[in-house]
Amino acid sequence: MSGLGRAALIGAFLLAATFAASAPAAAQVDFTGVWNSNTNAEDGPERAAGPSLVEFLGLPINDQARQWGLAYRPGRLSLTEHQCQVHVVHYIHRGPFGARVWEERDPVTYQLIAIHEAINTYEQHRVIWMDGRPHPSPNAAHTWMGFSTGVWQGNMLTITTTHIKQGWYRRENVPSSDEATTIEHWVRNGNVWTHISVTEDPNFLTEPLIKSEDFTLNPNPNNFNPFWPCEYIEEGERPRGQVPHYLPGENPWIAEYAATHNLPQEVTLGGAEQMYPEYRSRLKTLPVAVFKDPNAAPPATAPPAAAPAGGRGAAPPGGRGGGRGGRGQ
Amino acid sequence: MKRLAHTTALVLAVAASAVLSAQQQIRTAKQMPFPKNPDWAKLEVETIPVQGQLRLIAGAGGNIAAQVGADGVLLVDTGYEQMSGKVIAALKQMTTGTLRIIINTTLMDSHTGGNAILIKEGRLNQAGPGLGQRPNEADLIGHSQLLALMTEIGREKIVPERWPPSVYSGKQKDLYSNDEPVVILHVDNAVTSGDSMVWFRKSDVVAAGEIFNNASFPYIDVAHGGTINGILEGLNTLLDIMVPKHNQEGGTMVIPGYGRIGDEHDVLEYRDMLTIIRDRVQAAIDKKMTLAQIKAMKPSATYEYEPRYNRDPAWTAEMFVDAIYRNLAGVRP
Repeated sequence: MSGLGRAALIGAFLLAATFAASAPAAAQVDFTGVWNSNTNAEDGPERAAGPSLVEFLGLPINDQARQWGLAYRPGRLSLTEHQCQVHVVHYIHRGPFGARVWEERDPVTYQLIAIHEAINTYEQHRVIWMDGRPHPSPNAAHTWMGFSTGVWQGNMLTITTTHIKQGWYRRENVPSSDEATTIEHWVRNGNVWTHISVTEDPNFLTEPLIKSEDFTLNPNPNNFNPFWPCEYIEEGERPRGQVPHYLPGENPWIAEYAATHNLPQEVTLGGAEQMYPEYRSRLKTLPVAVFKDPNAAPPATAPPAAAPAGGRGAAPPGGRGGGRGGRGQ
Repeated sequence: MKRLAHTTALVLAVAASAVLSAQQQIRTAKQMPFPKNPDWAKLEVETIPVQGQLRLIAGAGGNIAAQVGADGVLLVDTGYEQMSGKVIAALKQMTTGTLRIIINTTLMDSHTGGNAILIKEGRLNQAGPGLGQRPNEADLIGHSQLLALMTEIGREKIVPERWPPSVYSGKQKDLYSNDEPVVILHVDNAVTSGDSMVWFRKSDVVAAGEIFNNASFPYIDVAHGGTINGILEGLNTLLDIMVPKHNQEGGTMVIPGYGRIGDEHDVLEYRDMLTIIRDRVQAAIDKKMTLAQIKAMKPSATYEYEPRYNRDPAWTAEMFVDAIYRNLAGVRP
């Protein structure tokens, strides 16, 4: 789907939702079944190889989220406690996604109590409560999938999720906080499930992050593998309590993605202004980034290099710090 | 034309989203610090089951952990003195059992203020005298360094009835309460020199005290022996003993000194944050930067964490960095 079509679709759905919100929730749609992601669609890069370092494009992040990402060193995910970290609910629908959805109904009244969504990525199971129960206390624990309640808005299911753990908006190096709230809209057109999410985060976003994905109904109800075991392993020796990160100004890879794709540095650093078409005119005025590989061998005739002064060109020992991308999904 | 349509669609999307957001009143609540100079009469406490025999009593100042079982009640910390009546009422709502033991994790009034009142509310034994022929009231346990700090501060500021009569020295003290092992772990020079964490081994819950504050940067009481490296040691010890149930979620739960209940991942992100901040201040010290220069750094050492953790005017990011600097540079308070 083109960007224009997608934006129009999102706008139409959300506008319809706005007007439908006050209407009685008479119509209901059955999402029961096994659903598969449409790989290589608009979110293809996030389903497969994953983003590069400092690839924050198009995300309405604030300066603090940007700083978090610039300090991120991939070796952090090799710490044993990070290895089985799950994608949070507002991200997981962009993983290599498969889901089984089913309803839980009162055996006597047949009223809908909850909608269950089993997600095969990291064996997640979320419950969307449809019985009007309140969200938990601010002092309650948070989970990867958060606490969800749903309401029908016409034929659209609207879900509000709170109590989500700290995670990421783009895999691994664009953080989301544990105070984010996600509102999802589920729409079914035949065998296509359109999933729209609107996430607000007082700590890391300046505007809501709006995303959409399409999933296709799998006609074989048995074609769902729910198992995704994860067991950490020791990935090398390091002093107790060490946390890999780049000190401010010492990340040598900031320009790599930008230069590789002939992009200006600024555009790779994200920000809400990049979501709007007016940004195109600014983009044309910016110079393409230049990247100097810190691992490249110096020219044979070059004079001895000066000691690193802590600037952006200073290469840390040991390369990028424990691998490039952390995880392959 | 295409651009206009694109813009219109996006504007519609954002506008509709904003309206929807306004309609949806449910939001993840911000973790806010305890109010300063509160109207105590208007404050309420909240009781939340954690798991096993453990419950959180929130809203009395620092968090209170209550282990409730057949033997009675074991409390970790007591909140502010002004909230003691509401804490007692909350205990009576959750059980008819007797308060037997109180353990203090740290020095702060928000954790020890209710000691004197709650001790008298309890009884260590069913009958007869208390421990060591003392009155039969709830036992109060703290590390010997905590008692030393309280006596050093003096009875004019901390009445002796708040001092722990039962102290332990060294790294840990073991108890058996309500049919489960309870391990009190001393963490040297963390928030103060007298801090403890309390590990309920069967319930699989740790009451971490102020070593883990889920609403702010950790308080470092430099004047009373607090250090950033002690706090990090406490957090790394927590990570050692906590075991997640499934894919880094659940399993061992932690009751922080303040703020919401957490699990290992919450402690992990907090530990990561404090390590990164500590490393930044240390790197600046290594470059011979002064405290004023470190405080003036752009971005600051705490920059990306400030929206989430710099909400307590009584303990700001700048105060936190100041304390770390004094620790690492060896500046005595």
